[in-house]
Amino acid sequence: MLELTGVNSFYGKAHILRDLSFSIGAGEVVSLLGRNGAGKTTTVKSIMQLVKPASGTIEFDGHQLTRLPTHKVAKLGLGYVPEERRIFTDLTISENLEVGRQPSRPGLFAWTEDVLFELFPNLGERRNNRGKALSGGEQQMLSIARTLMGNPRLLLLDEPSEGIAPVIVEQMAKTILKLKSEGLPVLLSEQNLHFARLVSDRAVIIEGGLKKFDGTFAELESQPEIRDAYLSI
Amino acid sequence: MGLFIAQVLTGLANAATLFLVASGLSLIFGVTRIVNFAHGSFYMLGAFVGYSLMQVLPGAIGFWSSVLLSGLIVGLIGVIVEVLVLRPVYKAPELFQLVATFGVILVIQDLALLVWGAEDVLGPRAPGLKGVVRILGEPVPLYDLALIAMTPFVLFALWYLITRTRIGVLVRAATQDREMVAALGVNQSWLFTGVFFLGAALAGLGGAIQLPKGGADLLMDFNILAAIFVVVVIGGMGSLPGAYIAAVLISVLNVFGVSYIPQSTLVLMFVVMAVVLTIRPYGLLGREEVAGEHGQVGEPERPIKPASVRTRWIVAALLLLLLALPLAGSHFLVILATDIIIFCLFAASLHFLLGLGGLVSFGHAAYFGGGAYVAALLVSQANAPMELAFLLAPVGAGMAAVIIGWLCLRLTGVYFAMLTLALAQLLWSLVFQWDEFTGGDDGIVDIWPSAWLSDANTYFVFTVIVGVGGIILLRHIAHSPFGYALRASRDSQRQAEATGIHTKRVQWMAFSLAGALAGVAGALFVFSKGSVFPNELEIAKSFDGLIVVFLGGVKTLSGGVVGAASFELVKDYLTRFEYWRLALGLLIIVVVILAPYGIVGSLRRVYERFTTKSVVPS
Repeated sequence: MLELTGVNSFYGKAHILRDLSFSIGAGEVVSLLGRNGAGKTTTVKSIMQLVKPASGTIEFDGHQLTRLPTHKVAKLGLGYVPEERRIFTDLTISENLEVGRQPSRPGLFAWTEDVLFELFPNLGERRNNRGKALSGGEQQMLSIARTLMGNPRLLLLDEPSEGIAPVIVEQMAKTILKLKSEGLPVLLSEQNLHFARLVSDRAVIIEGGLKKFDGTFAELESQPEIRDAYLSI
Repeated sequence: MGLFIAQVLTGLANAATLFLVASGLSLIFGVTRIVNFAHGSFYMLGAFVGYSLMQVLPGAIGFWSSVLLSGLIVGLIGVIVEVLVLRPVYKAPELFQLVATFGVILVIQDLALLVWGAEDVLGPRAPGLKGVVRILGEPVPLYDLALIAMTPFVLFALWYLITRTRIGVLVRAATQDREMVAALGVNQSWLFTGVFFLGAALAGLGGAIQLPKGGADLLMDFNILAAIFVVVVIGGMGSLPGAYIAAVLISVLNVFGVSYIPQSTLVLMFVVMAVVLTIRPYGLLGREEVAGEHGQVGEPERPIKPASVRTRWIVAALLLLLLALPLAGSHFLVILATDIIIFCLFAASLHFLLGLGGLVSFGHAAYFGGGAYVAALLVSQANAPMELAFLLAPVGAGMAAVIIGWLCLRLTGVYFAMLTLALAQLLWSLVFQWDEFTGGDDGIVDIWPSAWLSDANTYFVFTVIVGVGGIILLRHIAHSPFGYALRASRDSQRQAEATGIHTKRVQWMAFSLAGALAGVAGALFVFSKGSVFPNELEIAKSFDGLIVVFLGGVKTLSGGVVGAASFELVKDYLTRFEYWRLALGLLIIVVVILAPYGIVGSLRRVYERFTTKSVVPS
């Protein structure tokens, strides 16, 4: 469904992604693992065209994403939940969801405010509160809910468990599994191996912008040296 | 009592225009982060377009349709400006776009001159609202009452649009984080264009509805600019109700000012602003604006380095050549070169503040003109010898900068910029209206240098020594520990504080130093021209400084000087033509689009592209 081929991305003069290639199939949840600075966020931003790759192709459902403006990438159905959450703190929860709202896609589940408030009851109770009044976990929920309002066909979650209380991480895992059961493919960038294993089918490990591993978690188990070399636990 | 009420009503009626224009400015700034200097020009266009339409469309319906159509037409002109001029430069470093809007001012000025001529135009009175009503015996124009009744509806409509509609939600979200809005699938370029349309249309409406009260003339654009900046700042950036309250406050006080202390009318508004900002630094209904909170990270600053030995030799040789200029025997050339060097020093002092300090001052002319006036006043009022006056000019300008800097540095970002502009205007209006002391509009004349400098060639050499000396001093300071501290305070106030730098004090010192050196330029100026007029303190002069610093390249050390020299040369050539503003404006716009990093910055990029091998991904 999403396929990266030979992607090279720079940040200023720094070469971040080096010939990165991997793919995500329909309905699949893939974890993008790696240490701080490995290039996880740059990968997600390159897919969204927030960072323009210098070379390589990124194809989504037959559409070439490279050189598309970001808003068109989003319109094609890529739902981006940024690492810093980036909710609109001056807007109420309902208004935040309104910014994310896009028309529903034929043949796909249509997200509405009410459905999301059922999924995230905390948000529903405080729908008229401003974003700045929310806790870190609630902000993360809102960021996901806001992106779901766009009825994405593939979800890009950038380190959703970072800096969040374990209870909320658990809730997050349940949410992702629920989305998975609805058939929504997810690319999950993570440092938390435990969390990643809980929700995803496959792992892609990167280090210094190079792909070091691509396979199932079972395969990863059988190669503990890879885990030790590229994931600090 | 009757008179009092009548005056309040007049103020409220005047507030209508001010509110419309200011809310447009606030809206455009909120979403696009562009300080639209051309907003006054949209207002002026609204008045002229409205006037022309009213000639054609008869009766009350014709009048009000003309008003609405003016808004629509000016809105569309705003769209043209946004699409053609601003879209290509959104990616340029922050605030660079204001240079483009300045080019637009010049273009619109000459186009208006071409279409409507130089004569002031008297606005038609509104059909059906020509009479007056007597309120407690005092006559109040019906049209004023109509304006008073209308404004709250406009306020409500705008408020509804911003707080209750999807477009409003998107606009507010984009104000906070444009990139995220795009990542959620919203095409922000249309959002920007839409906001520009609305903002320009409001300015156009403001221009058209004031026709029966004020008419239209070619000075309207700059005349309203300071006032709308003040309204936006007093009300609080981005707050529509705040802008309304501020517009009413300023307008009503102004009416009373005209009746009771007519000498103070220009000063009054700035005094009000100073008082409000002392109590509420972010305006009546504004909220704190943190620099960088809008995700405009941009490229990291490049480190600057002292000139290499080779460059120094080249510069020294060029300086010798420059000193030999009088040998060419052209009086005109010597005068032109003197002007250019003076302007270069002025620009270099602003560049020091802007580039190294990250402190965007919109009112730097205050210190240039201030220095010139201090010198001129010492000579004319105290009979001081030229040498003493020359030495005290930078002291005077520096003192002004110490005081204004202290007031302004409590704010940051655009509030800081606006406050420097307003306080510079305060100084200007003092000079302009204090006839007995400063000569007012007539300026101070007959201020010539001492005998040993009276020859134009000698004065030129003197200018080179002092002017270039000042520029070298500024460059030297950039590489001193103080320069490091200043740049650290610019890049990260928090980290600089954590390493023990008193950032506010460093910035305050830089502000004062830049002011003092602008004062030196002012003193050089006054003795080279023999006279000084209030326009040396004007907004237009401050803007000239900003333009050349941005055009030259803020993030390069020589940007200010290069920008100033090329600007003066081009301007000297172009002003020989009748429609030179049009030409200069278009030239500025073209340079802005072609060289988004300034002349020096963009040339360096081109140079680097050719000298360094392209980075091939390995």
